[in-house]
Amino acid sequence: MSKLPEEFADLERFTDWCLPTEEQRYQKRLNSTMAEMQDLYDAGMARLEDIMVYVDARFPLQGMPEDAKALVHLGQSIVMVSFPVEVWKQPRVLDSGASYIQLIKEPVV
Amino acid sequence: MAHFPKPAAGSWTENWPELGTAPVNYEDSIDPEHFKLEQQAIFKKTWLNVGRAERLPKKGSYFTREMPSVGPGTSVIIVKDKQDVVRAFYNMCRHRGNKLVWNDYPGEEVSGTCRQFTCKYHAWRYSLEGDLTFVQQEGEFFDLDKSQYGLVPVRCEVWEGFIFINFDNDAAPLTEYLGDFAKGLEGYPFHEMTEHYSYRSEINANWKLFIDAFVEFYHAPILHMKQAEKEEAEKLAKFGFEALAYDIKGIHSMVSSWGGMSPPKDLSMVKPIERILHSGLFGPWDRPDIKGILPDELPPAINPSRQPTWGTDSFEFFPNFTLLFWAPGWYLTYHYWPTAVDKHIFEADLYFVPPKNTRQRLSQELAAVTFKEYAFQDANTLEATQTQIGTRVVTDFPLCDQEILLRHLHKTAWDFVNAYKNNGNGSANGKAQEKTSEKDSLNV
Repeated sequence: MSKLPEEFADLERFTDWCLPTEEQRYQKRLNSTMAEMQDLYDAGMARLEDIMVYVDARFPLQGMPEDAKALVHLGQSIVMVSFPVEVWKQPRVLDSGASYIQLIKEPVV
Repeated sequence: MAHFPKPAAGSWTENWPELGTAPVNYEDSIDPEHFKLEQQAIFKKTWLNVGRAERLPKKGSYFTREMPSVGPGTSVIIVKDKQDVVRAFYNMCRHRGNKLVWNDYPGEEVSGTCRQFTCKYHAWRYSLEGDLTFVQQEGEFFDLDKSQYGLVPVRCEVWEGFIFINFDNDAAPLTEYLGDFAKGLEGYPFHEMTEHYSYRSEINANWKLFIDAFVEFYHAPILHMKQAEKEEAEKLAKFGFEALAYDIKGIHSMVSSWGGMSPPKDLSMVKPIERILHSGLFGPWDRPDIKGILPDELPPAINPSRQPTWGTDSFEFFPNFTLLFWAPGWYLTYHYWPTAVDKHIFEADLYFVPPKNTRQRLSQELAAVTFKEYAFQDANTLEATQTQIGTRVVTDFPLCDQEILLRHLHKTAWDFVNAYKNNGNGSANGKAQEKTSEKDSLNV
């Protein structure tokens, strides 16, 4: 069964990135290879504008159906992988071995 | 050659001659005895911000704050009482000292809503105003006058929705303490910016070192170089950093900075994700639809030089509260809570106008994610610095004119400690009475 709206069937293979919280997305980033994140980035960046247009034409931010919500969560993961792909060329922030910053409160879609 | 005008004195630093221009000694960041003095002289004497009033939406709303910077175990309840007054109390039952409000783990902060506080131990009850209202088997006690056993209050005052507490009962009022910078910030639409992201990190460095990192942007074109597009990064590194303005008012300070990335002059200056989401470090490029954030609407303390290229202002309210405004209409706060000479808890809180749709939400998401990537880089250098200055191979370090606020921070902290050391009966603001026992226990 598909998790995303049918218009986004091409992104269906990335649905393990449909994660509601930043902590989940951040952990997924740390546990992914660059090839996996590059794949999501390439496919996702081409569709990011479409995601916003699709959701905003149909639903308010609060109270959207599960498939649209999953799409927004995927959009948030595209943002998350943009840093490893565009900037660091590795999953972690450069030289960040000793430090950890935790997001402890966030607005969850 | 300066790109932005400096004061007639020739430099920002020399404009405040008391700061000097000599290399600065960092013993204040490595000596454990000095840290104990800072706790007594600074964290027990000054107004400390513990959060926003939005955390207390109705009568009976409360949250607790652990305050290890003030002393081990210190815990405070912040509550909105029946008259909508925000109050603070030590989080301790008057019967036999049990911690009053906590769940599962006594060291963890909690929040909620209640009609009264009831101790887990023997069910002593306190009103939201702190009065002892019920004693279990009251008749078993000897001459117990309940009016003498209310919760111990902590000074608590609110400025523009920011809740501050002070452990010094003789401290000057909050607005007097915050002074002219705060006066000049009043009216900023803080109350509209309730979309809240909160970050926390345990940092293996002295609390002042992280403030050092955030009150100068001399590091920005270098440490954060990789975060800009290559050509732009090279240009920034060559140009270096110069602030639009610095200002110091007593114990508080500010830096005003340019920033042309919101939106950028040229889309090729920014990363692909920023081009799609119209956002980045400086926040969403498209300003939210509220009053009070356009250049000519900003309160007078923000962008004091009225530069059209203005991008961000950072206000440093001594000792540990940073209030940072971004041109596109959002703000963030930093808090640095020392727990040892070489450790502190760092908190960062981002506040946006609530997004109206998914486009705005993802735009804010990119700003929040970008913030964390930068903060990581800033935090990374701190442990590396702490371990090295701790060797005392080098003890004094040259600070440039763009690092003026570091001089001011360390000098201000020293002024409090020196006043405390030199006068057991007075603090730096001349208001407080100090107990000799506290001073003696430090062997100073």
